[in-house]
Amino acid sequence: MTPRRRRLMIVLLILLAVGVAAALTLNAFRGNLVFFYGPSQLAGVEKVHERNLRLGGLVEQGSVKREDDGLTVHFNVTDNVTTVPVTYKGILPDLFREGQGVVAQGRLNAGGEFMAEEVLAKHDENYMPPEVAAALKQASEAGGKTPQFTGTLMMQGGSNK
Amino acid sequence: MWVWLHKFGSPKYFYNVSGKILPWVGGATVLLILVGLYLGLFASPADYQQRDSVRIMYIHVPSAWNSMFIYLVMAAAAAIGLIWNIKIADIAAAVSAPIGASFTFITLVTGSLWGKPMWGTWWEWDARLTSELILLFLYLGYIALQSAFEDRRTAARASAVLAIVGAVNVPIIYYSVQWWNTLHQPQSLGVGMSTIHASMLLPLLLMALGFKLLYVTLLLMRTRTEVLERERNSAWVQELAQALSGKSSSDQVRSSNEQR
Repeated sequence: MTPRRRRLMIVLLILLAVGVAAALTLNAFRGNLVFFYGPSQLAGVEKVHERNLRLGGLVEQGSVKREDDGLTVHFNVTDNVTTVPVTYKGILPDLFREGQGVVAQGRLNAGGEFMAEEVLAKHDENYMPPEVAAALKQASEAGGKTPQFTGTLMMQGGSNK
Repeated sequence: MWVWLHKFGSPKYFYNVSGKILPWVGGATVLLILVGLYLGLFASPADYQQRDSVRIMYIHVPSAWNSMFIYLVMAAAAAIGLIWNIKIADIAAAVSAPIGASFTFITLVTGSLWGKPMWGTWWEWDARLTSELILLFLYLGYIALQSAFEDRRTAARASAVLAIVGAVNVPIIYYSVQWWNTLHQPQSLGVGMSTIHASMLLPLLLMALGFKLLYVTLLLMRTRTEVLERERNSAWVQELAQALSGKSSSDQVRSSNEQR
């Protein structure tokens, strides 16, 4: 029994050591593993104007304006607290629309405008047929509340900013 | 329980019992995947945002769950083999790796195919995508380490350590979308909560169950083959082979099940 017990202890020790090491490493890298910054987080970024970074948030309703060349687009990215104006020249992904999440890569210029080189659409965790989406929209317009499924299905209201 | 476990650890007992279970598991796998595919690809509605691209989810998500689940099974089997010296556990861990690697590969490819039209990119180095890629490398490293040793016992011990160490990556993949800002969407399913409409959830769950059973089927088949090969000099395999050699080759597959 002793060699078995010893091997068991070794395996558990390996798991513990690797787990602790991974936890410490991930904790240390926490800031660097961020894929994008929210509009409110931008202010806290050091040397923000010199860095190439990603800005993520929702495209503000009614903010999308296209220039006459058909390629340059202006829109605002918001987290419902802070709003950052974005300029982008290029082709937008299919899912890009007002009220949807986006991740833009680029630089914040001195005037506080974000000059994007790439814009990616960010999908949220909600999946439903178009009829249900339409019904939810109608209900929320009538009731003025956040759309929610009833019964066994629940939406995580507001968890996805 | 311990007696039963020890019995199951004997290659001959495992071979006999798994031969009886296999047709049932295999049948259920085919049925679940066929129904799941029909519901997912034809009968379920398109998504309000993604339209028909949402159907990639019915392959992508079950594969992704399997890629993590199989790794945990593999690491657990490898640890059991390492600690208690159980042959069947060593075999189960060794044959799981290529299956798990395949599901990981399917996850990455389907995710990429979905990402191009939806996100606008094939690949981004976000935490979820990167950690899943590391999972593929862990599987490949495990397979490479297995074949690097002539002696099976040494191979099993060395690769078991890698499998156990790599297990720490699985919770990282799972929680990556909660811990960090990622391009990948947060999880839609949890205990008692779902942000997927019921008409899409049913085919997804059927496919997930079907994929799990597909793993069990493949695991049993590959373990049985490996047991025969490793035990080829033992009396019971010799008997089995002698009983078979009298029959015509076309009957061999079926008769191997009827022999017992």
